[in-house]
Amino acid sequence: MSATVNVSGSIRRRLLLQLMGSAALLAALLFLAVLGFVRNVAEESHDRILLASATSILESVSVQSGEITADIPYAALSMLGNVSDDRVFYQIATPAGVLTGYADLPVAGPPVQPGQPLFQTARYKAESIRSVTLFRRLSVEGAPVAVQVSVAQTRSGQAALLAQLSWSALYLGVGFFVLASGLAFWSTQSSITPLRSLTEAISRRGPKDLRPVSRPVPSEMSPLVSSLNSFISRLQTSLARSEDFIAEAAHRVRTPLATVRAQAEVTLMRIENENKRTSLREMIRAIDESSRAAGQLLDHAMVSFRTDSLELEDVNLTELARDLAERLQPVAELKDMSLHFEGQETIRLPGDGILLQNAVRNILDNAIKYSGRDSEVWIRAVCRGGCACIEIEDQAGGFKCEDTEALTRRFVRGANARNTTGSGLGLTIAREVAEAHGGKLIIENSQTGTGACVTLCFPLH
Amino acid sequence: MRFLLVEDNESLANAIQARLRLDGHAVDHAPDAGTACAFSDTTDYDLILLDIMLPDGDGRSFLKNHRDNRKETPVIVLTARSEVSDRVGMLDLGADDYLTKPFDFSELEARCRAVLRRRGGGSSNLRRFANLLFDPMAGTLSSGGKTISLRNRELRLLEVFLNAPDRIFSKSKLVDRLFSYDEEVSENAIEVYVARLRKHLAGSGAEITTVRGLGYRLSLE
Repeated sequence: MSATVNVSGSIRRRLLLQLMGSAALLAALLFLAVLGFVRNVAEESHDRILLASATSILESVSVQSGEITADIPYAALSMLGNVSDDRVFYQIATPAGVLTGYADLPVAGPPVQPGQPLFQTARYKAESIRSVTLFRRLSVEGAPVAVQVSVAQTRSGQAALLAQLSWSALYLGVGFFVLASGLAFWSTQSSITPLRSLTEAISRRGPKDLRPVSRPVPSEMSPLVSSLNSFISRLQTSLARSEDFIAEAAHRVRTPLATVRAQAEVTLMRIENENKRTSLREMIRAIDESSRAAGQLLDHAMVSFRTDSLELEDVNLTELARDLAERLQPVAELKDMSLHFEGQETIRLPGDGILLQNAVRNILDNAIKYSGRDSEVWIRAVCRGGCACIEIEDQAGGFKCEDTEALTRRFVRGANARNTTGSGLGLTIAREVAEAHGGKLIIENSQTGTGACVTLCFPLH
Repeated sequence: MRFLLVEDNESLANAIQARLRLDGHAVDHAPDAGTACAFSDTTDYDLILLDIMLPDGDGRSFLKNHRDNRKETPVIVLTARSEVSDRVGMLDLGADDYLTKPFDFSELEARCRAVLRRRGGGSSNLRRFANLLFDPMAGTLSSGGKTISLRNRELRLLEVFLNAPDRIFSKSKLVDRLFSYDEEVSENAIEVYVARLRKHLAGSGAEITTVRGLGYRLSLE
């Protein structure tokens, strides 16, 4: 029995996507943080060098004989050259005018206090520059003069460095993402392992294995497993109850019927009045009919119950047929009929012995029931065309242009059934058992034309 | 024959006893497994009829006990449970045969006979009439040392007559004994069997005479 499961998403995929999503987000943040940090550090160190350069130039400004002179030390500019090949600009100015350097260098407004550097990014000669401006008060002939020194450098070298660092940051982010994804994959895999092993343990069970699940599971799965266990135990109780119910129902129905039948038979032997005898006979017939119907209904319930959870064992089909033939011999003899068993080889088959026996028994019962006195019935166990077959042939006249397929339907009885008791479930049971075993029931007239031949066929693998 | 009937349903037990006694059998009735053990320990029975649902335990335990004590008396189980669920267990535990309730008495008789025949036991209560020697268990008849082979219905017909020699049996009574109730048979069918039996009995000193308008009876020639 396979039932379709309504599948919505997959825990594994969901978990994996969530973990990879988080990893991607974290990688992006990492990339941005590293990039920002690197840019900051680069700018700061550049600023420091600019400041050092400006400071050393400012130091070199002095007043000599009432004139402001600047002797720019070589190191002040060469230290900037160490950083990159960028062009360096400077300007030394007083409020009176530019003393030396690039006069048109964009300079930030005068710093608020002496010694306080003022940094600025601007455009100069179609290039982006970074500049620092410092000022100092000198006393020229007793009057204070503010000397302002600006040093600037283009930023293309710094930009190249930054780009290089950005690539490194990107590699770092991607590497982080790949590593985190691998870990995510591994951890999702390992976190659903208990689920998978539980599934395996349950699906490996036989159809009648209704023990509770006892393997250790993670605490998150314990509610699931405990409800599964309670479901299993409820199922077990209900199965046992229905099996008991069928057996009990059979007992309750059959015992009083047996009493009535036995009493009627005893009475029939004792009384002489022909009218009363006729009614008693009718009564016994009715009892037989109802007990047979009840029996077959209950058998049918039991058969459906067992075919639903078919448990296979090794069945010796030949022996099963021989036993049944032997068991029904007295019944056949009562009608002066002969029941012959034919079967040489041992045919083995995986199946439910009780069900197979019931199926063959029902067919054999029919054959005996519909046969007249002094006729013969054969039961054969044969292997034919890759199939294990049990064939029951009688001399009861066979089927007359009837829909033989219909006879295997519930409560459908043949045209010759009017004078015999029965419920019409016998062939249904036989067919259901055959189909549960992957086989089929074949109903046809015998080759001699004197009777019916009903065959149970089971494919041998 | 001597039967032990183990059956807890009082009215069913009464009916079975009455029926078996009508055929000339002796029957002891035990309503539970305990009484059944006591009976089977003290008396030798030809056959035990055992119901499997008993008030003081499963008939199966009686059966197992019976077999464990190496008692040879054959047991036929009467079951009212679904055949599908019980069938195999019965024979595994050592029942010789089983019968599902309600059952036909002729089938019970036939099964008893088959079981006894399988066990190979000769009968202790042979019946004699004229030169006839009839073994009801084995179902054999001989006349003056010569074995006569009878078909089942001829045999049963003879048994009915032998159980009450000189009694007149109407055709309809004989029909009831020979045919199952769901068979449509005319009373003329009896004439066929009576004729066959007469042929077998020729020269045995016993004969079946027709009592016009009443039926048949077995009498000495």
